[in-house]
Amino acid sequence: MQKISVLLFLAWVCFLFYAGIALFTSGFLLTRLELTNHSTCQEPPGPGSLPWGSQGEPRACWMASRFSRVVLVLIDALRFDFAQPQHSHMPGEPPVSLPFLGKLGSLQRILETQPHHARLYRSQVDPPTTTMQRLKALTTGSLPTFIDAGSNFATHAIVEDNLIKQLTSAGRRVVFMGDDTWKDLFPGAFSQAFFFPSFNVRDLHTVDNGILEHLYPTMDSGEWDVLIAHFLGVDHCGHKHGPNHPEMAKKLSQMDQVIQGLVERVENDTLLVVAGDHGMTMNGDHGGDSELEVSAALFLYSPTALFPSSAPPEEPEVIPQVSLVPTLALLLGLPIPFGNIGEVMAELFSGGEDSQPHSSALAQATALHLNAQQVSRFLHTYSAATQDLQAKELHQLQNLFSKASADYQWFLQSPREAEATLWTVIAELQQFLRGARAMCIESWARFSLVRMVGGAALLAAACFLCLLASQWATSPGFPFRPLLLIPVAWGLAGVIVYAGLLATIGLKLDPVLLGAVAAMSSFPPFLWKAWVGWGSKRPLATLLPFPGSVLLLLLFRLAAFFSDSFVVAEARATPFLLGSFILLLLAQLHWEGQLLPPKLLTVPRLGSSSSACLPRHSGAYALRLGVGLLLCTRLAGLFHRCPEETPACHSSPWLSPLASMVGGRAKNLWYGACVGALVALLAAVRLWLRRYGNLKSPEPPMLFVRWGLPLMALGTAAYWALASGADEAPPRLRALVAGASVVLPRAVAGLAVSGVVLLLWKPVTVLVKAGTGAPRTRTVLTPFSGPPTTQADLNYVVPQIYRHMQEEFRGRLEKTKPEGPLTVAAYQLGSVYSAAMVTALTLLAFPLLLLHAERISLVFLLLFLQSFLLLHLLAAGIPITTPGPFTVPWQAVLAWALMATQTFYSTGHQPVFPAIHWHAAFVGFPEGHGSSTWLPALLVGANTFASHLLFAVGCPLLLLWPFLCESQGQRKRRQPPGNEAEARVRPEEEEEPLMEMRLRDAPHHFNAALLQLGLKYLFVLGIQILACTLAASILRRHLMVWKVFAPKFIFEALGFIVSSVGLLLGIALVMRVDGAVSSWFRQLVLAQQR
Amino acid sequence: MKDNDIKRLLYTHLLCVFSIILSVFIPSFFLENFSILETHLTWLCICSGFVTAVNLVLYFVVKPNASYKRSSLSHKVTRFLKCCIYFLMSCFTFHIIFVLYGAPLIELVLETFLFAVILSTFTTIPCLCLLGPNLKAWLRVFSRNGVTSIWENSLQITTISSFVGAWLGALPIPLDWERPWQVWPISCTLGATFGYVAGLVTSPLWIYWKRKQLTYKSN
Repeated sequence: MQKISVLLFLAWVCFLFYAGIALFTSGFLLTRLELTNHSTCQEPPGPGSLPWGSQGEPRACWMASRFSRVVLVLIDALRFDFAQPQHSHMPGEPPVSLPFLGKLGSLQRILETQPHHARLYRSQVDPPTTTMQRLKALTTGSLPTFIDAGSNFATHAIVEDNLIKQLTSAGRRVVFMGDDTWKDLFPGAFSQAFFFPSFNVRDLHTVDNGILEHLYPTMDSGEWDVLIAHFLGVDHCGHKHGPNHPEMAKKLSQMDQVIQGLVERVENDTLLVVAGDHGMTMNGDHGGDSELEVSAALFLYSPTALFPSSAPPEEPEVIPQVSLVPTLALLLGLPIPFGNIGEVMAELFSGGEDSQPHSSALAQATALHLNAQQVSRFLHTYSAATQDLQAKELHQLQNLFSKASADYQWFLQSPREAEATLWTVIAELQQFLRGARAMCIESWARFSLVRMVGGAALLAAACFLCLLASQWATSPGFPFRPLLLIPVAWGLAGVIVYAGLLATIGLKLDPVLLGAVAAMSSFPPFLWKAWVGWGSKRPLATLLPFPGSVLLLLLFRLAAFFSDSFVVAEARATPFLLGSFILLLLAQLHWEGQLLPPKLLTVPRLGSSSSACLPRHSGAYALRLGVGLLLCTRLAGLFHRCPEETPACHSSPWLSPLASMVGGRAKNLWYGACVGALVALLAAVRLWLRRYGNLKSPEPPMLFVRWGLPLMALGTAAYWALASGADEAPPRLRALVAGASVVLPRAVAGLAVSGVVLLLWKPVTVLVKAGTGAPRTRTVLTPFSGPPTTQADLNYVVPQIYRHMQEEFRGRLEKTKPEGPLTVAAYQLGSVYSAAMVTALTLLAFPLLLLHAERISLVFLLLFLQSFLLLHLLAAGIPITTPGPFTVPWQAVLAWALMATQTFYSTGHQPVFPAIHWHAAFVGFPEGHGSSTWLPALLVGANTFASHLLFAVGCPLLLLWPFLCESQGQRKRRQPPGNEAEARVRPEEEEEPLMEMRLRDAPHHFNAALLQLGLKYLFVLGIQILACTLAASILRRHLMVWKVFAPKFIFEALGFIVSSVGLLLGIALVMRVDGAVSSWFRQLVLAQQR
Repeated sequence: MKDNDIKRLLYTHLLCVFSIILSVFIPSFFLENFSILETHLTWLCICSGFVTAVNLVLYFVVKPNASYKRSSLSHKVTRFLKCCIYFLMSCFTFHIIFVLYGAPLIELVLETFLFAVILSTFTTIPCLCLLGPNLKAWLRVFSRNGVTSIWENSLQITTISSFVGAWLGALPIPLDWERPWQVWPISCTLGATFGYVAGLVTSPLWIYWKRKQLTYKSN
C-alpha cells in the first residue's frame, strides 16, 4: 500500500511540474498551424465575377496590375523615427540632435516636393520582432509565430503561400541581394541572387557593400521584375553600438544615398518600397514587443502619381506591416497569398490622376472586397483545420463579412447608387478585415506575461516542494497516506470550484488553466501539513541540505542557462562540469581521509576516531575509477555535433550512418567496431550478472538474457549490415533486403518487449537449492559469500526478517515435519533488485540503439561503462546505514543528471530543431508511415531522449549500488579484534553480507528512500527547467531568444517529461521486484509447510 | 615566535608576487613586441622560470624545514634528480588531465603543455621545495588536519587557489565576447596566475587571522 502511495506521490509531483510547464508554454510559445493551400490566378477567392474581365490581359489576375515592376529595399531594423521627417518649424523647442534622427533627408525632400508620388507610413510590426519571422510575415502576410506547426522542422523554407512563390509561378523574374536568410526561406526561388553572410553581427559593411556593388548594375540591366535588396548594416550597427552612436549616423546616411540613387533610377512603371522589417530598443536589440521594436518605417514612391486625390496627412498613418503583402500582390496583378491576413492599403487603388471620385471609390471597394474574400476563405479553412480561433468571434466576423459582401454585390448590380453607399461598404469591409486580424493576433502573437510568471512560479513551488519533501521523507514521522490524499482532494476541489465558476460565467474551459488551478490549489495544504508536522520543529536551515560543492556546481550549471553562448556550448560545458565534479568527489574523499589507510595520515591526527572513517576502498582503486570516468567522458565527447555548421565547429564525422561512407575497407572496419561494441555491451552485462550469480538462476528473465539478448544483438548487427550496404546488394536480393530491413528492427523491438514482459512476470532471479539430509534444520539464505567486517555491519548483520523467518520455519517445520531436516539455499538474493534493473536497462538500450546511427553503439557502450564507474565511485563515498534510513546523497543525484545531459550530447543531439535525427522515424518503416503521426513522433522522440530515458529508468541504481558494493573489498578484510565475542555468537551469518536484502529488511525505509531519490532527481531536473523558463522569460527580448533559448526550453521540457516518466517506471520496476520477492518468500514458507 | 614566522612567510610570499610582476615587465626591455597576450608562450616560459628561481632561492635562504639531517653529496644529487623527475611527471599528468577535460588532443599541444608547466610551477615546485620528493607527505598535507606548520598551511592554500583559478579561467572561453584573452589556454593560465597570486597574498593574512585556532601538533 505504501508503495502505491509513494508512486502516486511522485506522480502528483510530476503533475505539478507538468502543469507549470504547460502554463508557461501556453504563455510563451506562440503557436499557429501552417496551411499549405495556395491562391491561384484561375480560382477567385470567393463567388462573384472578377473585375475587369481579367482573363484578357496578360498581367492581370484577380485585379489588373498597376505596376509591372517593384524595387523592395528592406533595411533591417529601420525604426520609424529613423525615417521620420524633422520639422524645424517649432521655434521654442531646442533642436534635438541624436545620431539617428533626420539622417534620411532624401525621404523628407521627396515627401515635401512630390506629395502625390510618395508617402511615409509607420508600419506596426507584430512580435516576435526577429528578422526571420518578419521576413515570413512580409511575404506571406501572416503572423509567423515561434512554432509554425508545419510539416517540416528540418529546414526553414516557407511552405505557406507567399509573394515570392506567386511571383515565380506568374513567371516574374525576382532578383535578390543581401541577407542570406532568404536563401533558407526561399530556396531556388530567385532568378538571380547575391547572398551575403548575415552571421557576424559585428560586421557592419559586408552585406551592404556587397549589395551596393550589384544593385545599380542589376537595375540598369533591366533583367528583373522584382528587385529585393536586404540591407543589414543598420541592424548590425544597432547590435554592436546601439542607435545612439555616430556609426549609426554614418550608416543611415549611406542608406539615404542608396534611396536617393534608386529614386533617380526608377521608371514610371516601377514602385519603390523602402521598408524596415522591425525596430530596435534603446540598446539596439529586438525580438520583443516594446513600442520601439514594433514601429518600423515604410516608404512608397513612384514616378507616376500614387495618391492623386487626397492631401498627405499631417502625421504619417499607422498601418499594420502585413498590409504591404495584399497591396503589393494586387498592385502587381497577382493573387493575394492564401494565408494573408493583412488589409490592402485602399488609397493606392484610387486610380490614375484623372479618375473620378466614384470610380476611385469603386476601385478601392473592389480591392478591399477581394482582400476580404481571401481572408474569409483563409479563416474558414483555418478554423476547419484547428481550434485555435474563438468560435464566437469567428461567427460574428462571418456575419459581418456576409453583410458587407451582400452590400457590395447589390451595389455592383445597381451601379447608379449614391457614392455614400459605397463608402459604407468600404467601411464595413475594413471593419471585417481589422476584426479578423485582431482575432488572429489575439490567438497567435502575444506573450502572456501572466501565464509565463504563473508557470515559472508553479515550477518554483514544485521545486521547493521536492526539496522539502525529500528532506522530510526519510525522517521518521512522514505520513504517506494523508499527505497524498489531502492535496489531491484539495486539487479536485479547486478544479470543481473553478469549473463551476467558469460554467456560471459561461466561458470556455481551458485545460491548461484547469491543470494549473488544480496544481496550485493542491499545493497549500501540503505546505501547511509540512509546516505543522515538521517545519516548525526544526530550523529552516536544514532545508538547504546541499554540500557546498554540489551547491556551487548546481549554481554554475543553472547560471549557464542564462547565457546563449553557454547554451550553445553546453555540449562541451557539461563534460567539463562532470569532470570537475568527479575530481572534486575524489579530492573530497581524500580530504576526508577515506581514500588512504590512516597509517599514511597519522602524523597529526587530532584524536579523530579512526574507525568512523575507515577507508572502504584503496586510494588507487578510486583513482582508477575517476580516471576511467574522465577518459570515458572525453571519448564520448568525440561524438560531438555542432548546433549549426560554423567555420569554428566541425561535427564529428562518426555521427553519420555507415551507409553514407564510401570506401569498403573503412566501412568494414567501422562495421566491425560497431558489432564489437555490441558484443562487448552484451558480454559486460552477462559478465556482471554472472559475477553476482544471477545468471545461474533458471528463471525466465535470465534464460532470456542468455538466449534472447544474443539474438537481439544478432538482429541488430544484421540490420546494420543491411542498412549500411543496401545499395550494394545484388538486384536479385533487393526484395529480400527490403523485407529484412523491415522485419529485423521490429523483431528486435518485439524481443525486447517480450523480455520486459518476462521480467515483469518473474522478476526474482534467484537459484533455489533444496535438499534433505542436512545436519541442521536451517534455511540458509545466501545472498553472497564473504564476511562482513566493520563494527556497524556486525551490529546489524542479522536482520530481523532473517531471524524471524528462521524461527518461523523452525517452528512450523517442527510442527509439520518433526523428523525431516531440510535445507533450502537461495543464492543471488543480494543482487536481485539490481539484476532486474540492469536487465531492464539492457533490454531498453537495444531498441534505442537501433534508432541511432551505427557508430553510436560505441557511445552506448561508453554510457554503460561510465555509469558503472560512476556508481562505483559514488558507492565509495556513501556509507551504508543499516537499518536505515537510507539516503542517496545529493552529489550522486547531480552527477547522474549531469551524465544524462552529457550523453544526450554525445549521442549526437543538440537542442535545436535542425539537429533532430529524423531518420529514426524510418527504422523498421522504410516506406514511411502513411498518415499516422504518433508512431514516427514516438520513434524520433525515443531517439532524441534516449539518454534521458535510460538514466531516469536507471536512477534507482543509485540507491541499490552501495549495497551491491558491500560484497567487494570486504571479503579480504579481517575481523576487528573487538568483535570476537559477537563473532562467536553468530558464526554463520558473518559469511553472508546481506547486500540488497538490507533494503528488504526495512521496507518502510526502503520506500522512503525510493521516494526521496525520486524527489531529489525530480528536483535536479526541475530546477534546470525552472532556470530555462526564467532565462526564456527574462531574455524574451534577446536576439537569440527564438534561436537558442526557446528551443532549449522545449527540449528541456520534453526531456523532463520523458525523464519523469522513466523515473516512475524505474521506481515501479523496483517495487515490482520487491513485491515479487515478498511473494517468493511467502511461497517458500508455504512450500516448507507442506 | 609564531608572529615572526608569519612575518617571514609574508615576506617570502611578497617576493614571489614580485617575481611574477617582474616577469611581466622586465622582458619588454629585452624583447621587442613583448606582451602577455600576443607573445603568451614566451611570457609563460619566463614567468615559470622566474617563479621557479625565486622559490629555489627562498628555499635555500629561508629553509622552512630545517629539520633535515646533513646528507652526502650523492644523496643530494639523487634528491635533485628525483625532484626533476617529479616535476616532469606532474607536467605530463596535468597535460593529460587537461586533455581529459576537453583540451584539444593534437592541435595546440605546445600551448597546453606550457599551461601544464606553469600550473606545475605554481603547485608542484613549492611542494617539492617544502616537502621534497615525498608523495606521502604531499598526500598528508592535502587532507583534513594534515598540515604541520604554517608553511604547509600556506602551501595548501596557494596550491588550491591556483587550481581553482585555472578552473575558473576556463569558464569564459565559450562566451562570445571575442576578446584575445578568451583563447585557449590564455584565460586558464591567467586564471592560474591570479589564483596563485591571490593565494600568496591571502594565506599569510588568513593564517594571521586564524593564528589562535591553528595548532600544529607535531611542531
